[in-house]
Amino acid sequence: MIVAEQKPLEDIIRMIVPYERVLILGCGTCMTVCDAGGEREVSFLHNALQLAQARSGEGAHTFSEHTVKRQCDPEFLEALGEKTADVDVILSLGCGIGVQAIAEYLPDMPVLPGVNTSFMGMTKESGVWDERCAACGECRLEDTGGICPITRCTKGILNGPCAGVKNGKCEANKDMDCAWILIYQRLERLQQLDKMRRYYPPRNFRAIPRPRRIMSKAETVTGESNG
Amino acid sequence: MSKFKEKLESGKFVITGEIGPPKGVNIEKCLHDAELLRDYVTAINITDLQSAVLRIGSLAVSSKLIERRIEPIFQLTCRDRNRLALQSDLLSAWALGIENVLCLTGDHPTMGDHAEAKPVYDLDSVQLLKAASTLNQGRDMSDHELDSNPNFFLGAVVTPGAEPMEPQIIKMKKKIAVGARFFQTQAIYEPDKFESFINQVKSLNVPVIAGIVILKSAAMAKFMNENVAGITVPEDIINEMSDTPKEDRKKKAAEITARIIRQVKPLCQGVHIMPLGWDELVPEIIKEVEA
Repeated sequence: MIVAEQKPLEDIIRMIVPYERVLILGCGTCMTVCDAGGEREVSFLHNALQLAQARSGEGAHTFSEHTVKRQCDPEFLEALGEKTADVDVILSLGCGIGVQAIAEYLPDMPVLPGVNTSFMGMTKESGVWDERCAACGECRLEDTGGICPITRCTKGILNGPCAGVKNGKCEANKDMDCAWILIYQRLERLQQLDKMRRYYPPRNFRAIPRPRRIMSKAETVTGESNG
Repeated sequence: MSKFKEKLESGKFVITGEIGPPKGVNIEKCLHDAELLRDYVTAINITDLQSAVLRIGSLAVSSKLIERRIEPIFQLTCRDRNRLALQSDLLSAWALGIENVLCLTGDHPTMGDHAEAKPVYDLDSVQLLKAASTLNQGRDMSDHELDSNPNFFLGAVVTPGAEPMEPQIIKMKKKIAVGARFFQTQAIYEPDKFESFINQVKSLNVPVIAGIVILKSAAMAKFMNENVAGITVPEDIINEMSDTPKEDRKKKAAEITARIIRQVKPLCQGVHIMPLGWDELVPEIIKEVEA
């Protein structure tokens, strides 16, 4: 899933200054799961912004709230309908993709990012998410025991640990495991150390120009079943 | 031709030194340090923004040594340049008369004084060695032909004190396969451990030059033990330093360094002395070892 953190309240207050009527728009998918911008966080933020306005005595904003199933999908944005009719700005608690999808869908409506989109990761424990995929476009997990060196090695190197590993930890962060020691241990356990002995050539950045596009090769599936 | 290469290939024992370029444009001090080492070492490593701290580049200082007829070992890291810049700097190095190149991954920017910099690492150290070998063969990484090729003597680093050891050796073998012709190691303080490492890599038939860092104080030893990868200074050496009055520390440091060198000398094909500012001790240490 995509993992994000809500922006500090003071940043959000600063962003909405020029606008009177603010629609706080949540996202029912990743942002809900990572506690950054689902229905619950939309409601908390709504209260926090109202409270801050009342306390400061500044600003004359009116707030409304709504959460769509997925901001990154124009199909779900249709459901916004007249919710946007009487607002001056949308404060999106979707990820960076959601914000841009809204901007494309509503060309005349300003849209503000309420979260900082951080990474693609997994839930480690309740309230803790760890980055696991860099979306490099050339998955090599087959060769690395299911542990991604591009994401988990701070240098993203491909041919084994650098000289900075100490006690299995990374030179850039002593709390972080060295990805290459993890890969070594796992390949050894799987009796696949030969994979580590191979030479891996430099990455091909030409294969992943930004921005990327994928065209479905299968028949397009419509409806909500793929949510 | 590289004297360093010639000596290593004829099986002779070599001594190399190291100089860190300064922060700023005053390079007199660092050239003076090189002059101090001139008669005692075969070649001098010039570090490439060591510890990811901004300094004068290793290419410029290496070139200054060439002007003075002192042989440099040009250190090149993958931290700050993509493959275009790395290959270009290699070609520039050859044009400036540089033959020895030590290829490294490079300390992460967060270790240094520009922690917000974008880390590059377009290549890793193994891929950089391969790229340099390819240039030696007259082609670039995209297989385009070069107008006349360099002939670098390429080296790499290895950490004999790493735990676990096997990943280090796996990587060392890869480096050899793509063109590393010599290895310089992380600082050695435990000759026993070094010996067991050497026994594991003896069959690879590649010269290993043992890293020797002059230990200046017990505090430095403790700092390295906690923070520097692959270095363990044993308790007895730490105690030796802490039991020595401050005014005798340099003498003690020289004595410990000479002792370690004598212990590792029969095991390897050279020592790489990193004086970390105590350059004036180097001649004395070398005389002591060669006596």
